[in-house]
Amino acid sequence: MENTKLHKVDLIFENDGTCATTVLDKVLSRKPEEIINDMIDSGLKGRGGAGFLTGLKWKFTRNETAEMKYIVCNADEGEPGTFKDREILDRVPEKVFTGMAIAGYAIGAKEGILYLRAEYNFLLPKLERVMNEFNKAIQDKKLDFSIDIRSGAGAYICGEESALFESIEGKRGEPRNKPPYPTVSGLFGKPTVINNVETLVYATMINKYGPERFKEFGTKDSRGSKVFSVSGDTPNAGIYELGLGMTVQEFVDEFGDGDTKAVQIGGASGMCVPRKKFKDTIIGYEGVPTGGSMMLFNSTRSMYNVLHDYLDFFAEESCGQCTPCRVGCQQLLKGIQAVKKGKQKPEYLETLKKLAETMKLSAKCGLGQSVPNPFISIVDNFKEEIIY
Amino acid sequence: MAKYEVNLKINDIPVSVEEGSTILDAAKKLNFRVPTLCHHPDLCVAGNCRVCVVEQKGARALAAACATPVAEGMEIYTNSAKVRTARKNIIELLLSEHNSECTNCYKNGKCELQELAHEYRVNENNYMKLILDKGYTIDNLSPAIIKDDSKCIRCQRCVRTCAELQHVSALAVGYKGDHQKISTFFEKPMHSVVCTNCGQCVNRCPTGALVEKNYIDQVWDCINDPYLHVVVQTAPAVRVGLGEDLDLEPGHRVTGKMVSALKRIGFDSVLDTDFTADLTIMEEGTELLTRLKKVLVEQDTNTALPMMTSCSPGWIKFIEHKFPNLLDNLSTCKSPQQMFGALAKTFYAQKKGLKADRVVSVSIMPCTAKKFEANRPEMRSSGYQDVDYVLTTRELAMMIRQAGVDFNELPDENYDSIMGNSTGAAVIFGATGGVMEAALRTAYEIVTGRPVPFQNLDIVPVRGFDGIKEAKVQITGVKPEWSFLEGAELSCAIAHGLTNANKLMKAVSEGKVSYHFIEVMACPGGCLGGGGQPIPTNETIRRKRMEAIYDEDTNMVLRKSHENPEVVAIYEEFLGHPNSHKSHELLHTHYHPRKSY
Amino acid sequence: MTEVKTIIKEKLGKFGATREALMPILQAIVQEKNYLTEEDMVEVAEALDLSAADVYGTATFYTFLDIKPRGKYVIRVCKTISCHMSGKDEIIKTLQDTLKINVGETSADRKFTLLTANCMGWCHKGPVMLVNDEVYPELTPDKAIKIVQEYMAKE
Repeated sequence: MENTKLHKVDLIFENDGTCATTVLDKVLSRKPEEIINDMIDSGLKGRGGAGFLTGLKWKFTRNETAEMKYIVCNADEGEPGTFKDREILDRVPEKVFTGMAIAGYAIGAKEGILYLRAEYNFLLPKLERVMNEFNKAIQDKKLDFSIDIRSGAGAYICGEESALFESIEGKRGEPRNKPPYPTVSGLFGKPTVINNVETLVYATMINKYGPERFKEFGTKDSRGSKVFSVSGDTPNAGIYELGLGMTVQEFVDEFGDGDTKAVQIGGASGMCVPRKKFKDTIIGYEGVPTGGSMMLFNSTRSMYNVLHDYLDFFAEESCGQCTPCRVGCQQLLKGIQAVKKGKQKPEYLETLKKLAETMKLSAKCGLGQSVPNPFISIVDNFKEEIIY
Repeated sequence: MAKYEVNLKINDIPVSVEEGSTILDAAKKLNFRVPTLCHHPDLCVAGNCRVCVVEQKGARALAAACATPVAEGMEIYTNSAKVRTARKNIIELLLSEHNSECTNCYKNGKCELQELAHEYRVNENNYMKLILDKGYTIDNLSPAIIKDDSKCIRCQRCVRTCAELQHVSALAVGYKGDHQKISTFFEKPMHSVVCTNCGQCVNRCPTGALVEKNYIDQVWDCINDPYLHVVVQTAPAVRVGLGEDLDLEPGHRVTGKMVSALKRIGFDSVLDTDFTADLTIMEEGTELLTRLKKVLVEQDTNTALPMMTSCSPGWIKFIEHKFPNLLDNLSTCKSPQQMFGALAKTFYAQKKGLKADRVVSVSIMPCTAKKFEANRPEMRSSGYQDVDYVLTTRELAMMIRQAGVDFNELPDENYDSIMGNSTGAAVIFGATGGVMEAALRTAYEIVTGRPVPFQNLDIVPVRGFDGIKEAKVQITGVKPEWSFLEGAELSCAIAHGLTNANKLMKAVSEGKVSYHFIEVMACPGGCLGGGGQPIPTNETIRRKRMEAIYDEDTNMVLRKSHENPEVVAIYEEFLGHPNSHKSHELLHTHYHPRKSY
Repeated sequence: MTEVKTIIKEKLGKFGATREALMPILQAIVQEKNYLTEEDMVEVAEALDLSAADVYGTATFYTFLDIKPRGKYVIRVCKTISCHMSGKDEIIKTLQDTLKINVGETSADRKFTLLTANCMGWCHKGPVMLVNDEVYPELTPDKAIKIVQEYMAKE
């Protein structure tokens, strides 16, 4: 029986008084293959939102023969509504670095780079201090691995993994054509594991306690727990670690203000779930997957304004290289404005929905392909609010 | 490692292609044309425009055919309902950010976006026009290239061309999202940045965003002005490219028809840049031998070697920007176009009994940089602007159409005289290595009294499309006055495309190579691949044009510049001898360092 | 000018004269001077053997690599959804009134620049603003005024 109840979990921020690097001693005493098998067994999927099996990613990269491989920690958390990685980096940076070192050991990489979004530059002094200590600590453990930090400079799209590589390489953060995938050709064209901040902390915790502990939470398709960024119309905005697989209703019961009419799951590029679907929508890969952003809207909010904000964001933050995303985002934005002002007939929304479908099918990267998510889900569920 | 074959199906038809091929390649093999915009065979894959999307069985999203490598067992559909809708939508999106006032556009009828819109019967008004909000401006300050951002569809072909083929990167992608555009450094006008005016971007722009500045109407006005005597010169590479814009397959030599058409258009005298190409060889060859003598015999440390050719105005601007330390190495010879211009308003005018102010000198060039060159302040040796108007091959084709002559039914006619005679050595100026070959044919013979020791005068090592070519010529049995060259080995190098030129110049600057003579042409393949040549231009087409050029050479009676009777005559009657005072006055120039950005 | 040369030298020491050094160099210059000038970019381009347009194109991709003259304190108010819902408009209005500049402008004494920015990752504590790298969450108009006044009192 799958558990669709809400469970609070304490893994990510757990403080049992021991130093995270001690996990490394255990890891280094085992074979890389064993580490990877445990990771696969745990069922951990990438916590950035895309949801690829982390262990498999590691395995693919390990299987590549190359002089140089990289571990990249994606700390370019830019999805509106998401702020968990900032909190993780602020509170348990050592666990993040430990996760990177574990991944490095598992795949045979000597270098790790943490790419931090510019908006979080205030974290740098602390992160650098912890990183330096950490680098020294793993040197003492005779692990040939070291970590460095690079800053972003204000570009949402750099959270897309190949755009992030481009940025580290000193270029415009424009997503690459895929294939090849990062496991084969990533940073500087070398096999690369790129993981989200939270994923790496889970890697640390899975190696600390074993995969079974992690599997206690969640469902078949959505193993483990996840850190949620809760914001919007809620009396309890903040960071919560919850087991995956709960229904939106469970979530709203806990976090709503009693008047919740919609929840945007997965940030601006995620799905908008209206009240009537709360009960039937599972938060997880069998329902609505999420990088952890949960934004609640109550009945005082205009969903037109919400959608307008999102589209405004995407029109600016699209890298601009591919037609469907660059022009599509602008058209969707201009389109709903025109419908609102009566300059286009309400039927124009149907044209825009077809456009959204084209974006989903033909955009070059995940950004352009997911802009249609909020558009279609909001227009479908709140059509009147868009028109009138 | 041997490449293996990958088996896949396209529209249910099986096909095998080499590993590493794209879906686009595989479709082509089955004669399915998948439309493209950002793709260009000369450039790296971009996958930006998404017009080439195709459906892959089992995949959620569509794949860009140009950017997706084939995989075993793939099943691809190039015309499924999903594909057709997406493709149509994408074309409509491009139109929504494109200033599609087609009838006002220079590229009307020659625009790839227009063609696609036509082919797919799109509804241009499906989406709202974005163009009005953008406040785009037109940069028409350069004498060579006009950049109109309102027509740009961000395929980035120009950016890749400027970076990959030319190592100039005067154009770059700037900003992001709704502000993304093709930028110069700080949005400065093209004429004030490192742009070499080579026009390779113009040749690759699918729309009217980058076009040559055209002077067709001005030329018509001159022709129709009875007071003016309009002479026209045609560059060597034009005759092997022009036909492509007049319904002929690439590789046709149309010299005679072109001359015929120019006469019918009404030019008063139809002359040949090849004449001054021969003259260039006399001047440049003599300059080379003089430099060699100064360095080898007189131990003159102020004379720079290797000497480098100066025919290509894109190359000249490039070196002025990027290697100002090497300007002394450039031959002081003007390009054939400018030699012609200077003579047209002096020697020619005198011989014809015309006042120089009545002579209008027009040149037909495969080149957009020639427009810039003609406007350089140094190029006024006659007391007037030596070349008044430069038209590209493409502009000439338009004039021929406007004139209403049925090009392909025209008889072959001969160039007028004077300054219409030429040799095979001049024709090959149009191909990379051609100037080198022509110079060697003459210089070797001046020094030894014998023809170059290559079968049928064909100096094969300098030919072809390798990026940087080298050749060595052993000089023996010299005439007494050239005794210092006895036994010497003349070492030459040739680069085409500025990326290759950049590599070669780096090596020269760092002293890693030592040559006596270097030929550089700014455009890939040399002038035959010039920015002013018909669109499309690519490797296959360049090769056909090259073959045509060497055919033309082979079929000429005279194939050595010094044997051109008009060249002999002009020295006797007017210039005296190569590198004479008069030559220097009219046929030589100097260069300026320019800023690096 | 010398400071840019020093920055370039330091970063080339770490990364070599490769393109990888570009972002760290540009970021360090912005850290120092708050924006990138033409001359600085030319200098960077020459040091890395890149075209100036290429450097410009890269810089303009990134919101934080400003190419317009900016004040000593660059204020960026988050304009994305949660901060919108929690009152960023009021904060912006307050800042405009206090600084006597509009969004996008720099004060005459070149001390302040007021900008808006996309989500900064403080959605549970909006409205939020950055002053250079310093973050100020849970703003109210009064708080915003106080913060700005503190900066006004600074050098």
